[in-house]
Amino acid sequence: MEWIRESVDSIKSIQFRQTLSQAVNLGLILTSALIIWKGLICITGSESPVVVVLSESMEPGFQRGDILFLHMSKDPIRAGEIIVFNVDGHDIPIVHRVIKVHERQDTGEVYILTKGDNNHEDDRVLYAQGQHWLQRHHVMGRAVGFLPYVGWMTIIMTEKPVIKYIIIGALGLLVITSKD
Amino acid sequence: MHSFGYRANALLTFAVTILALMCAMASFSDNFNHPSPSSSVQVLNVNWFQKQPNGNDEVSLTLNISADLQSLFTWNTKQVFVFLAAEYETSKNSLNQISLWDGIIASKEHAKFWTHTSNKYRFIDQGSNLRGKEFNLTLHWHVMPKTGKMFADKLVMSGYRLPKEYR
Repeated sequence: MEWIRESVDSIKSIQFRQTLSQAVNLGLILTSALIIWKGLICITGSESPVVVVLSESMEPGFQRGDILFLHMSKDPIRAGEIIVFNVDGHDIPIVHRVIKVHERQDTGEVYILTKGDNNHEDDRVLYAQGQHWLQRHHVMGRAVGFLPYVGWMTIIMTEKPVIKYIIIGALGLLVITSKD
Repeated sequence: MHSFGYRANALLTFAVTILALMCAMASFSDNFNHPSPSSSVQVLNVNWFQKQPNGNDEVSLTLNISADLQSLFTWNTKQVFVFLAAEYETSKNSLNQISLWDGIIASKEHAKFWTHTSNKYRFIDQGSNLRGKEFNLTLHWHVMPKTGKMFADKLVMSGYRLPKEYR
């Protein structure tokens, strides 16, 4: 009877150690991904260092599903730069090109008008009610580089949340059932 | 260690790493290109020059823009976005940049061009400072790559002046 109890105890202890080490591994993977993301935010100076192009307003240069790398430096914003900005009260960032710049002598404050390359009209219709210009604090970053097609995963996961849950479920299942 | 899952995972990781490396090398190869573009712009006519009811000056111009941007194209270039901006200074604003015209050049063959056009976007000042104003016309271009880093540069053409009186 003693050895039955002994072996049951040893089995229970092995499983506990294994699950604990799996949980720690998973925690390490998640936190290193977080470290990389936060590090990118610090290096590029932008709250959102990578964005996915969601609309066709910058075609044929940027298509839906491309990802853009952003950088925000203290350099003044000049015409022609592709900037990513948020309109007051809207969450979705817009990626368009600056077509007009007026910079004040005294304060150095800058008044910007933007337009999507593929749009007929400038962006005044998109700005908040009564707002005619964008200012520096609206701008989240300048686009400095891009990779085509890589952003399609994000678009699919946003537009069909079902797929997001399926993938997370499958990943979770893989983690639990893997032997090491 | 030899199951299908492990092999597929290893293969996929390797493939993505190689792809990322190729994109980086393609982008890096753009640094070896030393372009020598040229351009010239004539203001053919000042169509009209008015003060709007809100107090801002507005002018309409007819321009002849010609440029040769063929040396900007590399094998990693998807398109070149080119625009002409009027740049001037006023007492209130240290810099004003107004884009008058823009275009997209999709291939090297189209990069040597000329166009006879009136300004695509309205030339409106913040205020009423344009009479007799001296301004530069700067041709800016943005090279958008197939993958990687975007390059931008400009060519400043100075010596343009608006009329002293409204017309």
